[in-house]
Amino acid sequence: MTTERLTPAPPPGELIDSPRFPVAARRELGNAQQRRNLHHATRTIRDKRAQAVGEMDNWQELRAAGGAIKSRVLRHLPEYLEQLEASLTRNGATVHWAGDAAEANRIVIDLVQQTGSTEVVKVKSMATQEIELNEALEESGIAAWETDLAELIVQLGHDRPSHILVPAIHRNRSEVRDIFLAEMGNYGTPPPPGLDDDPVNLADAARGHLREKFLRARVAVSGANFAIADTGSLVVVESEGNGRMCLTLPETLISVVGIEKVLPSFEDLEVFMQLLPRSSTAERMNPYTSIWSGASEGDGPQNVHVVLIDNGRTKALADPQGRTALRCIRCSACLNICPVFEKVGGHAYGSVYPGPIGAILNPQIRGTDSAVDRSLPFASTLCGACTEVCPVMIPIADLLVHMRSKVVDAKKAENTGVHLPHAEPAMMKAGAWVMADHRRLEAAQLATKTSGKVLGHFTDHIGALPWPLSKWANARDTANPPTQTFRDWWKANRAQEEQK
Amino acid sequence: MSAKSEIMQRIRTALEDVPDIPAVDDVPVPWEFGRAVDLSAAGEILDVFVERVEDYHATVVRCPAADLPVAIADGLRATGATSAVVPEGLNPDWLSAADGVRFTVETMPHLSPHELNRIDAVVTASAVGVAETGTIVLDHSADQGRRALTLVPDRHIVVIGADQVVSGVPEAVALLRPAVEAGRPLTWISGPSATSDIELSRVEGVHGPRHLYVILVQERP
Repeated sequence: MTTERLTPAPPPGELIDSPRFPVAARRELGNAQQRRNLHHATRTIRDKRAQAVGEMDNWQELRAAGGAIKSRVLRHLPEYLEQLEASLTRNGATVHWAGDAAEANRIVIDLVQQTGSTEVVKVKSMATQEIELNEALEESGIAAWETDLAELIVQLGHDRPSHILVPAIHRNRSEVRDIFLAEMGNYGTPPPPGLDDDPVNLADAARGHLREKFLRARVAVSGANFAIADTGSLVVVESEGNGRMCLTLPETLISVVGIEKVLPSFEDLEVFMQLLPRSSTAERMNPYTSIWSGASEGDGPQNVHVVLIDNGRTKALADPQGRTALRCIRCSACLNICPVFEKVGGHAYGSVYPGPIGAILNPQIRGTDSAVDRSLPFASTLCGACTEVCPVMIPIADLLVHMRSKVVDAKKAENTGVHLPHAEPAMMKAGAWVMADHRRLEAAQLATKTSGKVLGHFTDHIGALPWPLSKWANARDTANPPTQTFRDWWKANRAQEEQK
Repeated sequence: MSAKSEIMQRIRTALEDVPDIPAVDDVPVPWEFGRAVDLSAAGEILDVFVERVEDYHATVVRCPAADLPVAIADGLRATGATSAVVPEGLNPDWLSAADGVRFTVETMPHLSPHELNRIDAVVTASAVGVAETGTIVLDHSADQGRRALTLVPDRHIVVIGADQVVSGVPEAVALLRPAVEAGRPLTWISGPSATSDIELSRVEGVHGPRHLYVILVQERP
């Protein structure tokens, strides 16, 4: 690769070839700066979300409604997709269908080439990240400019996104300044000289850099948060106004939308516009939401296209238990609450969908052939915090276990010759036997207390262990067994109170 | 086979376990739509609206209808605007007190993005206000203009009547449906343009108007 490129090159290699999660996690954990950035950012957003959600008396009702609406759509997808296509067409939009990423990219490239434009401005969109549209456009001689601030930081930094909502969450302000100073001038309006690392000034530099691109743009590419079947409307939820610029100023607008994004009715927005902002940016409402229904006479793009993509979603849909993952509205609450994500960040997941929901969606959508996709369902402690925060009530922890068994089944189907027993079910069975009777439990606890006391003389944790325990211990340090059991503690501290 | 029929076929195969009954019977949605939100714990509805718009660091002023032209002139002065664009459907009387501001009433053909970019401010009416979330919705009817007008200039002076403010999102969505059915776009605005993309600390002012100046009029203007 030489400097022939139109836009900054992403890092070399394909995401699907990423190493297994434990290997990638070890690599990412070595980046102390990133760990500090992630710790600060996830803590901040977690607290804010708890506050924004705490204001709502009917939060659980809203979640139940959101989950039910999405389930209704998924279970009756054909009729809602037909209705969506008919409504969009009536509103003057052209609807295209794409079975996979290559088909979707081909459609978008053809549409851009028909306009004669050699560049597009882009609204932040997970669907276009997923199909790697930017690189496909680049190969066809079309420059794709990311306009969301975090996506701009990622693109100019020759980097990959590490979070659904805040793709540059792994970068701090001084890293952002360095990227802007080094790269902005190569691709358009340079930053003001002497740029410091105050986020206000960094945002101002982004405004200056992108303004000329917005004003001259003839084609925009977006995704959509929701596609409304009865009115034929698309919805984009955003903060900065870059979305509004892209959706309003160009003559041509191409929106790439997953088939699971449909909502039956305009009224359903009252549920999702309460759930999404509080779950994602932890605000009562995001600064800007744009809703448009095809081409509106005298206002905005008149050449309007919607590309509906499958790209593996029907594989997830075919699993009656697994299909609830397709309810996901990409809010990121499960990433922000996850103790694993907080430590390793998004790059370890080898996909544009990181965190707990990514650990389910990637093997569902991409299949379980790659090393990284096989490892992802195990990238969790199953603490269940993600299930608690999910605004559409996806049982994330249950689905992680479900996908683990799918991975094991897939491996079993391949290894018909050598048969290694899978350790987890055997250990769970043994655990159930011990816990079923209090005498067995007390005997087992006496053994762990003793080992805890003995180990305590030598070390404060357990590191590497021989097979089969190495399967667990290679990626995790384990605390020494406690020297006092909960039952002992209860007897010593609470037994008397109980008698009162 | 076309891409559409192939995808539809895959979906039908994937959903073979789903009984062939109407969607609304298969999955009931436990929700009553369009209800008012009870804000009594937070205060009087207009006070909640003002407090929550201000929470986004927008400016809010309240005035009687007769004082609206003066309030608009004050808003333009306070945000440092010497030129402003207004949609063709805006009541011209509203601008009568703003001496020294160069107004452009947009008619056909529309201004180019570059021309709009040279104008300081935009003055518009609005469709609905949402108290609980501090949101103002434009349905882009004649007194609000096309979407680019309220986007490219850096200051947005927006007028809303007290009777346009509803309790929460459900009531607002119910009121907005006719505009959507008429093919008009909607823009929901909650404070000035903002980002939290750097270390998740909120910064006001990126690409959209960096100053949002809201005039809440006691009676419908």
